[in-house]
Amino acid sequence: MKIHEYQGKEILRQFGVPTPRGIACFSVDEAVAATQQLGGDVWVIKAQIHAGGRGKGGGVKVAHTQDEVRSAAQQILGMHLVTHQTSKEGQKVRRLLIEEGALIAKEFYIGMVIDRSNQRVALLASSEGGMEIEQVAARSPEKIHTVHIDPVGGLSDKAGAQTARDIGIPEESIAATVILLKNLYRAFVEKDAMLAEINPLVLTADGAVIALDAKFNFDSNALYRHPEVVAYRDLDEEDPAEIEASKFGLSYISLEGDIGCLVNGAGLAMATMDIIKLFGGNPANFLDVGGGASQEKVTEAFKLMLRNSNLRAILVNIFGGIMKCDVIAEGVVAAAREVNLAVPLVVRLEGTNVELGNKILADSGLPIISGIDMADAAKKVVAAAEGK
Amino acid sequence: MSILIDKNTKVMTQGMTGKVGQFHTANCKAYANGTACFVAGVTPKKGGQSLDGTPIYNSVADAKAETGATVSVIYVPPAYAAAAIDEAVEANMDLVICITEGIPVHDMLRTRYKMQGKRTLLIGPNCPGLITPDEIKIGIMPGHIHRKGRIGVVSRSGTLTYEAVGQLTDLGLGQSSCVGIGGDPINGMKHIDVMKLFNDDADTDAVVMVGEIGGSDEEECARWIKDNMKKPVVGFIAGVTAPLGKRMGHAGAIISGGQGGAEDKLAVMEECGIHITRNPAEMGRVMQNVLKT
Repeated sequence: MKIHEYQGKEILRQFGVPTPRGIACFSVDEAVAATQQLGGDVWVIKAQIHAGGRGKGGGVKVAHTQDEVRSAAQQILGMHLVTHQTSKEGQKVRRLLIEEGALIAKEFYIGMVIDRSNQRVALLASSEGGMEIEQVAARSPEKIHTVHIDPVGGLSDKAGAQTARDIGIPEESIAATVILLKNLYRAFVEKDAMLAEINPLVLTADGAVIALDAKFNFDSNALYRHPEVVAYRDLDEEDPAEIEASKFGLSYISLEGDIGCLVNGAGLAMATMDIIKLFGGNPANFLDVGGGASQEKVTEAFKLMLRNSNLRAILVNIFGGIMKCDVIAEGVVAAAREVNLAVPLVVRLEGTNVELGNKILADSGLPIISGIDMADAAKKVVAAAEGK
Repeated sequence: MSILIDKNTKVMTQGMTGKVGQFHTANCKAYANGTACFVAGVTPKKGGQSLDGTPIYNSVADAKAETGATVSVIYVPPAYAAAAIDEAVEANMDLVICITEGIPVHDMLRTRYKMQGKRTLLIGPNCPGLITPDEIKIGIMPGHIHRKGRIGVVSRSGTLTYEAVGQLTDLGLGQSSCVGIGGDPINGMKHIDVMKLFNDDADTDAVVMVGEIGGSDEEECARWIKDNMKKPVVGFIAGVTAPLGKRMGHAGAIISGGQGGAEDKLAVMEECGIHITRNPAEMGRVMQNVLKT
């Protein structure tokens, strides 16, 4: 689960990581009032969306007067901010962060991720602050310094100091950087984060190190023990279909194509999308109904796919193990009736009670196209979507 | 022969008295030699009871001492599952299979750290388990789609593994053992670990390797295969069409920072001599062709 920058900075401050003073705002008037509250003579107006690359897209502006603040806030609030991480249409800006300006001497990159191959938390640090870390990794990998952190001992003072020196933090600011890194690691572990990025971390003119940005992604499997993180969830930043899906225990991702897929199991669901593509079609979604799909779940899954106005055909691909094919077939028939299905439906069933399942489909009187195996079903659904 | 488990393996179920544990233990007991294999259940505070004829113990250590079980399968809910693995590791079990889906990643990091230097092997979490057809099934896969034979199967998925197995069985290609290693980012045995066992198994002639987007385990396994594998390997990777940065159901199935894409994995696998297919409906047929040549 992702959160906004201003929320990430709240977490950082709780763990003793210094950030600029700032106030989250939902309107232009609030933004102007925030500058009065903050004082000073330079402010940064930052669009709050769950995507990176906001500066390049015009979502971050610096202002020196309240009029400039008002005009910047007017421009950013409500805009559809397009970055390399948003869709082509961009993400609508509904929240701003107004911050005091900082006197930046130098910018750095700090990140923490779960390293799968080492099975450790990895601290990534670079002198190339403010840039996309993927680009740094591609162009000059020697500028990324990685430390794998021992889950019991945590980040040692020695490793923290070495990292700080490696990226060029001056000697007088090393101690403060070590404390910052250790505090960030504590936040990462205690909040069950999957990713934390401070990009840039800045060294100010007077030698302080502060987090100018904050990006977090949390483990959705651990949210049950973090109600305070769940409270940060912003549904405006998520796909409404994916939110609806999660209510019914369905795993759903919208895609750009026109063939809906309903599958049990994540691996088989991806493979089903792949085979549709292989036969010249385009999947409209990823949809995993999971291990124990009830009739209600299947009906909801159909409703979700049918929200998509591009939908031209549906492929149901079920390998019944514990989930029996006859139960799925009943669900599919009931769902097709309930939603008055108007697009062609291809169903491929395999596994436990497959004969019974296919008989239920055939006896339903519904125009269901039966697929013998995965390839047959994929070919038939691609043809159906093309109106053949 | 087979890998990891056979008809003489003694198994305990952790989380036996829960609905899921009870259901699947009953199914496993009904498969092949299961009644003799599944000797104990573990549920704290329910020691001394019995369920469907299987004695329940308070702890893994008690169950091991009383029954001689060397393998444990876990159906404990996600919040307590990592602790259940820790308990089995502390009791020096040979093999632990964790079926539970949804364990927090940081829990698994700590559990894997504690497993260093211990003898216990871990399969999973978030996996279907493993099976040696006509001998023993430990996990949630449908037993009837399998057939005894000489092909090994290793996969990160559940139902996609069944798809591969179903294709093999339909073509008359039986399986030596099938191992579902699970879809989580932090897990126990990886493709490479299972591949090494198949390579050394006298009863396995060839292996089907099913992977998916995310991480670099398939690439690591492919490089090992290039230098060491004596048997042919057929490979498929799910997720060629998966978009960047979207988690495709499994916590581990995500292309992040440009890493873990299906095409990259397929390219490395092909380079390393694996017989890859981009068509998930052709895994069995590709194996059949490989065996003919």
